[in-house]
Amino acid sequence: MSKLVLSRIVDRFGAAVLSHHSDCGDETALVSPAQLVEICRFAKEDPALSCEMLMDLTGVDYLGLKPAAGRFEVVYHLYSLSKGHRIRLKVELPEAEPKVASVVPLWKSALWMEREAFDLYGIKFDGHPDLRRILLYPEFEGYPLRKDYPMEKRQPLIGPRAGREHL
Amino acid sequence: MASSDANSQLLGNEAVVTTLAEAEGFFRRFLNKNEVVQDIVGWGRAWSFFQYPFVTACCGMEYMAAAGPRYDYSRFGAELPRFSPRQADLLMVVGTITHKQAPVLRTVFEQMADPKWVISFGVCASSGGFYRNYTTVQGIDTIIPVDVFIPGCPPRPEAVLDALMMLQTKVRNDRRPLLPVVK
Repeated sequence: MSKLVLSRIVDRFGAAVLSHHSDCGDETALVSPAQLVEICRFAKEDPALSCEMLMDLTGVDYLGLKPAAGRFEVVYHLYSLSKGHRIRLKVELPEAEPKVASVVPLWKSALWMEREAFDLYGIKFDGHPDLRRILLYPEFEGYPLRKDYPMEKRQPLIGPRAGREHL
Repeated sequence: MASSDANSQLLGNEAVVTTLAEAEGFFRRFLNKNEVVQDIVGWGRAWSFFQYPFVTACCGMEYMAAAGPRYDYSRFGAELPRFSPRQADLLMVVGTITHKQAPVLRTVFEQMADPKWVISFGVCASSGGFYRNYTTVQGIDTIIPVDVFIPGCPPRPEAVLDALMMLQTKVRNDRRPLLPVVK
């Protein structure tokens, strides 16, 4: 990670960076969802930052730990192949409509990662060209990694055979 | 076991047939009622399994270990894995089966010609194992019939050999009709 990246982002987008820290050397910025794409574009295209690679994009469900207005988080891990530094960006999304702009125009790797976050958390990505389930089958209802998905709920495509209904 | 007298009588008196129906009747009686033939066919089936390994997870490594030269279950006649279910009579389900994959597994099972048997290899295939969650089939016997379950995560090769011998015993004592039943 790199303090340089974090300080440049904070300097440039002061109000859009809601909070930030450097705990254990992990530079992290919680940013406003409305400004996310602009910040990502800056992180990618600024010569001093040049984060060419989106390493990871994932969702988090903070049910019961955070208020409903910030129940979901999307976490972006950026990496600069040329500079060798990293930065972590987060956005908080409300329970009612978890929706954020897609970063597919910036990084192609977001295509599948945003589909995964949509598949398992139900987070919508505005501007994604093909937002549908990637791991689960289309018949699946609900979002299984949400904390309120019933643990024992099964949605089999076939079966169970006669006499095996208890499984 | 039929006596040799019974066999010679059967052959001596009924071997000459003139119509297709008579021939069919002869073979049906000979194959289905003759204990010696049943024993021979059962012995042949038990020692010539053609497996179809349906390998989905880490149990596959243990399957390879059991198939390799140290444990070598080709000793029991299960020499050749076939990579088409049409050529196989023993389906080995090796690894975790997800709900998304369950229709594929059932199709593969239905593509196999009778007589056919199924071994559930490892705890994931047998019961879902520790994947007690939204995505994993809680035992493949909920979708296809299973002859032998092998517990273990993964099973020891000895357990695999034991299962194979148990299945051999079952197949040797099998008394299903040897000719297809024509209606």
